[in-house]
Amino acid sequence: MGVSSLLKGMRKTGYYFFHPKEIITEQYPDNRATLQLSERFRGEVVMTHDENNEHACTGCTACELACPNGTIKIITKFDISPEGKKKKAIDTFIYHLELCTMCNLCIQACPTDAIKMAQNFEHSVYDRSKLTKKLNLPGSKIREGVE
Amino acid sequence: MYSQTEIIKDTSDTEGELVINVGPQHPATHGVLHLVITLDGETIKKIEPHLGYIHRSIEKMCESLSYRQFIYVTSRMDYLSSHINNLGCAHNVEKSMQIEVPQRAKVIRVLMSELTRIASHELWLGAMAMDLGAFTPFFYAFREREMITEIMEDTCGARLTMNYIVPGGLMYDLHPDFQQKVKAFVKQFKHKVTEYEDLVTNNVIFQNRMKGVGVLSKEDAISYGCTGPVGRGSGVHCDIRKIFPYEVYDTVEFDEVLETAGDSFARYMVRVREMNQSIRIIEQLIDNIPEGDFQAKTKAVLKPPKGEFYTRVETARGEFGVYIVSEGGTTPYRIKFRSPGFSNLSALEHMAKGSKIGDLMATMGTLDLVIPDIDR
Repeated sequence: MGVSSLLKGMRKTGYYFFHPKEIITEQYPDNRATLQLSERFRGEVVMTHDENNEHACTGCTACELACPNGTIKIITKFDISPEGKKKKAIDTFIYHLELCTMCNLCIQACPTDAIKMAQNFEHSVYDRSKLTKKLNLPGSKIREGVE
Repeated sequence: MYSQTEIIKDTSDTEGELVINVGPQHPATHGVLHLVITLDGETIKKIEPHLGYIHRSIEKMCESLSYRQFIYVTSRMDYLSSHINNLGCAHNVEKSMQIEVPQRAKVIRVLMSELTRIASHELWLGAMAMDLGAFTPFFYAFREREMITEIMEDTCGARLTMNYIVPGGLMYDLHPDFQQKVKAFVKQFKHKVTEYEDLVTNNVIFQNRMKGVGVLSKEDAISYGCTGPVGRGSGVHCDIRKIFPYEVYDTVEFDEVLETAGDSFARYMVRVREMNQSIRIIEQLIDNIPEGDFQAKTKAVLKPPKGEFYTRVETARGEFGVYIVSEGGTTPYRIKFRSPGFSNLSALEHMAKGSKIGDLMATMGTLDLVIPDIDR
């Protein structure tokens, strides 16, 4: 009885041995150039900049408040417009990748869609300090018309 | 301090007994369970689970998070049914705030829950067979599970800790490919489920190792508070989806899977048959997702009224309860999670006492323990 049921199972395994195309072995995604991940895949938080090096972050800190782990820290400053008006703007958008759990709550909280999730999935670095990132590019400023 | 005579007396009581540690593994590995087993020859006399290796004080942590934030933490408890854990928490907030969830969100939540249940049982099937020495079923089970994780990745954005449910509905609408991919999965699953029967279920060696091992009677299952497939394997009518239907479970047709033997094979069969019932639910709902909103309109800051609220859902392991005490503020005053794994583990000593140590693996395998769930 035992031997017959073993043979039955072995027949199944043998079938796959001779039909290697049918079994799905998931390979590590080494094909980075052609890899297409789902557009909703949560890799890390990035800030989108357009070709004029402008972003849409107003420094409202909604993402900072929404984050459960204290991953985001926004340092704001006051820009003075040509008319002499004071306007709040971001100085540094600090993102701690080492604390992030990719829960997506900051993206949901952002009223101006300034941040989004990027699709990169390899985060290992040799130095821990490299995981703390400044998301706004140097010299970038807020896009006209974003309030 | 013991005196000399007392030490001599102590050892004479336990003469011939051998105390061995199953585990602990390295604390950095996930899912660490430490069992201190007292053996008399090969017979188990006592089992003492030692917990605390993966304790993160999740309940206390949740008390400092807002009602939107605390949901994501529950994904880290029973990570194999993280979606259903999130659902239980969102239910509690919706119940206390009296938020009416749109019908579309309800149907999608049920679909996702059942997909999660199948994925969890698939992983259990592979791991269970591997515990008993069969390596190949692990790969076959993961092949089907991979299709589900891809569906989750497309719609929720993550494969394991989804965090797709928010109080009032869902984070996103469905991915356009969702229905097509789920249908492809259902087709593949129905075609391949016979393989599990050939390889595992109908295997006589496998059956002999499971039948009559780790017997838990109906009375004991109730007194230990065993729920889910462990309780149903002993004949306890404990499916929350049937007793306290939530979302759209009262409108779909499915059977509560019950076995009466109470041994490891009964628990095994409950899970295998439950996967087919989940497929049945998915087939009924996949073409009937109503149009409309996927999220109810809620305030930016949620403040449930003062009071105590309890909700429960059926995860892949059993009843998951969320108890929240609200003081009317933005964070909960106290949170208590009733995790199914803890109660199921407490029955282990009763089940394995007097059996051989080789049978312990079959008993533990069919309990389907997820340690972060036990050790929050």
